[in-house]
Amino acid sequence: MAAGDLDWIDEPNGRPLDKILQLARELVEDPEYPIVRRWREAGGKVIGHFQVYFPEEIAHAAGALPLKIHGAQVEAAQAESRFGSYLCSIIKTSLELALSGRVQLDMFVTHPICDAARNLAGVWGRNFPYPCQILYLPQNANSRAAARYLRDEYARLQRDIEAITGVHASDDRLRASIRLFNRSRSLIRRLYRIKREQPWLLSAEEAYVLVALAGILPREQHNQLLELVLPQIQTRRAKPQDKIRVVFEGGFCEQPPLDFLRAISQSCYVVDDDLLIGLRWLLEDVPPEGDPLLNLAEAYLEKSSYNPVQHDLRKPKERMLLQRIRESGAEAAIIAAAKMCEPGLDEQVAYAKALDQAGIPYFVNEFEEKMTSFDQIQIQLETFVENILFF
Amino acid sequence: MPGESGRAAEAVNREGAMVSDGQQVDEIIGRGTRDGGRLFREWFDGLTATSEQGGPAAYAFVMGSLAEVLRVFDLPMVFPEIHSLQTAVRRVSHEYLSQAEDYGYSPDVCGYVKADFALQLRQGEHPMGRIPKPTLAVITNACNTYIKWAEIWERMYGTPVFTLDVPGTRAAGTQTWPGQPDFENDRRYVAAQLEELIALCERLTGKQFDIDRLREVMGHTNELIRGWRRVLELNQSAPAVFNAVTDGTVYLGVANAFRGTPEGGRYFSELVEEMELKSSLGIGTLAEEQHRLVFVGVPCYPIFRRFNELFSEWGGVFVGSTYTWFASGGANLGFEYDLARPLESLAEGVLISVRHAMDSMFFQDQALVQMVDAFKVDGVVFHPIKSCRTTSTGQADTRRAFMQATEVPSLFIESDMMDKRVVSEAQLKNRIDAFFEGLNARKLQQPQE
Repeated sequence: MAAGDLDWIDEPNGRPLDKILQLARELVEDPEYPIVRRWREAGGKVIGHFQVYFPEEIAHAAGALPLKIHGAQVEAAQAESRFGSYLCSIIKTSLELALSGRVQLDMFVTHPICDAARNLAGVWGRNFPYPCQILYLPQNANSRAAARYLRDEYARLQRDIEAITGVHASDDRLRASIRLFNRSRSLIRRLYRIKREQPWLLSAEEAYVLVALAGILPREQHNQLLELVLPQIQTRRAKPQDKIRVVFEGGFCEQPPLDFLRAISQSCYVVDDDLLIGLRWLLEDVPPEGDPLLNLAEAYLEKSSYNPVQHDLRKPKERMLLQRIRESGAEAAIIAAAKMCEPGLDEQVAYAKALDQAGIPYFVNEFEEKMTSFDQIQIQLETFVENILFF
Repeated sequence: MPGESGRAAEAVNREGAMVSDGQQVDEIIGRGTRDGGRLFREWFDGLTATSEQGGPAAYAFVMGSLAEVLRVFDLPMVFPEIHSLQTAVRRVSHEYLSQAEDYGYSPDVCGYVKADFALQLRQGEHPMGRIPKPTLAVITNACNTYIKWAEIWERMYGTPVFTLDVPGTRAAGTQTWPGQPDFENDRRYVAAQLEELIALCERLTGKQFDIDRLREVMGHTNELIRGWRRVLELNQSAPAVFNAVTDGTVYLGVANAFRGTPEGGRYFSELVEEMELKSSLGIGTLAEEQHRLVFVGVPCYPIFRRFNELFSEWGGVFVGSTYTWFASGGANLGFEYDLARPLESLAEGVLISVRHAMDSMFFQDQALVQMVDAFKVDGVVFHPIKSCRTTSTGQADTRRAFMQATEVPSLFIESDMMDKRVVSEAQLKNRIDAFFEGLNARKLQQPQE
């Protein structure tokens, strides 16, 4: 998609919903990131942040475009030589996006989510002249000192981003960004309500692309887009089908291909999931008043979702999964993991045991972002669903 | 060519000021390996006794063991990494791995975790004894898999898990130090967590925290760390006084299992004496040292001895190993606690040392470059392994950067620390032989240049 083909983002009004969803899919799958190119051509700075969660408000308040880096369906032609054999794909393809020049950044931030991701700061930093760093999100979420520490860690990040953009993220600017992102969170929550309550109105892959755009577009434009399409989705003419309601778990970091989600949608309604959970990590609005950085830090720790890469004594993950299943009214779960993803694969074992004990049917699967054949998964899932529906 | 002890006796006659007679030299040379083995057996015997008596035990990890706190409460320490790797050294790891995989664990996750999981299913059964169940698990974030690992005990036994979160270096070369605002933020966070850990230990053991006991334990750690750093330095000697992969792993085991104990401190003081003696007498680990190598990563435990032979048969000796940096919890940095302000110094030391351990994995390229001249390095062996993304993910790119910065040849070989299914000795030998042929050719060419 050329930068000139982005009119629909700037002026989405008057376009049919299906056309918008088709263009959204093309944009999400476009490894050339035309939005980023256009932003940079206008003189803007881009902060690339690896999965899972990143306080986008800070980058936004400093005038930068926060860009979620979550791999791509590209051949890791150059990145392959930077890594060994036993590694998940997202690490390689994320670096490939930068090495191949598809994405040009002004700063790269990774997180201690897993042993591979933490290494990215060093690898990326040796290959590019711009700042590459680790944002040390707290891994002891239960310490009384965690929020204060994170507030100051956010302040450090803020200074580093300001040095790139030359824009001071004042408290007032931060508060304005928090309000903007609160609106975004509210819209995405609304989208997920549709998935839960009327899943026949929105397929898994359609919902996915609408959320994924939040990681690419300036958030103002993403909000505008969702404000336009959500009412249209709710008035869509579609009838419930004979599909089972499932929760998809395992998409917190590496993303399955859209066709993988489409294959699931053939026999299942995905009524909740952890796909791109970082964009939905904060479950409630963040108060803009007071110390905005402290509010963001407290929200990260106290009002947040769960995933396999955060240990929080208050949120045993299998219990959280059972809660997600219960609250979404799902009948079964798809317990997926990206190939070579250690936290995801470890968690699969615990999830499977918990679901066994709870008597909830589940389907275990491994995926890779670059997989191209989906017939097998579709047949397996259909068999799984038939077993639930007819036996 | 005389054997090592013969050379020692001969040299001692010349340098009699150091030791009184050859017999004394023979007692000192090799003492580190002998005593290390003995201490290790005693440690496992102690764990077996704890298990049989149903006593409490603290599980901890080598990168940030918090031994200083745990020993104040007299908690026997279990190092799951060590008992897991011992199953590979003793050639039974495949049995444990298979059992964990049968349960549902993927072949693609950490072999240490799987071996320990199977060990738990076997009620602690281990080739060196019996491992007690965890009363408490203390982990750091130095390896993310520690966190996933501890969640297993949490689920199996309801074990209280304490994660000591140590913020690492944010970007290469940007370490902060005491007095700088970013360092102080990190230190406050670590210090608060240490207080929380102490409170948890008090609750679990029913014992009151004793600051004087902490001071005493920290003193033993200081002695151990002083010795550890000096021992590593002494391998700048030519010939190398120890093999950093084989001997180094024995010393490393003692450095972890006996950290904070009088035995650990004494062991390293004596090890310094041994290494200084060997250095002064010119005693190396090989009859003829031809190539001085640095090892990057975790050893290949399923064929531990043979793996080293593939190098030593060519006259290659490992003079350094990043394993001795990160797997000692950064003790190689040599941070010594200030006993006049134990708690503050503990927070500072844990932060700086564990951070250094992480730097030794994530930002190791410059440290390797700096080793070249000091240790007269002829080659670097990068050994990423399937089981460990922490130590392996960055190695290929580190090698690329290292090759840009120096003209020292390097070798990149992949295998595993636990799983013999991904260890191909024939393939390793082919690559290693070719590497040494290159090194030899290079040495032949050097005088002509």
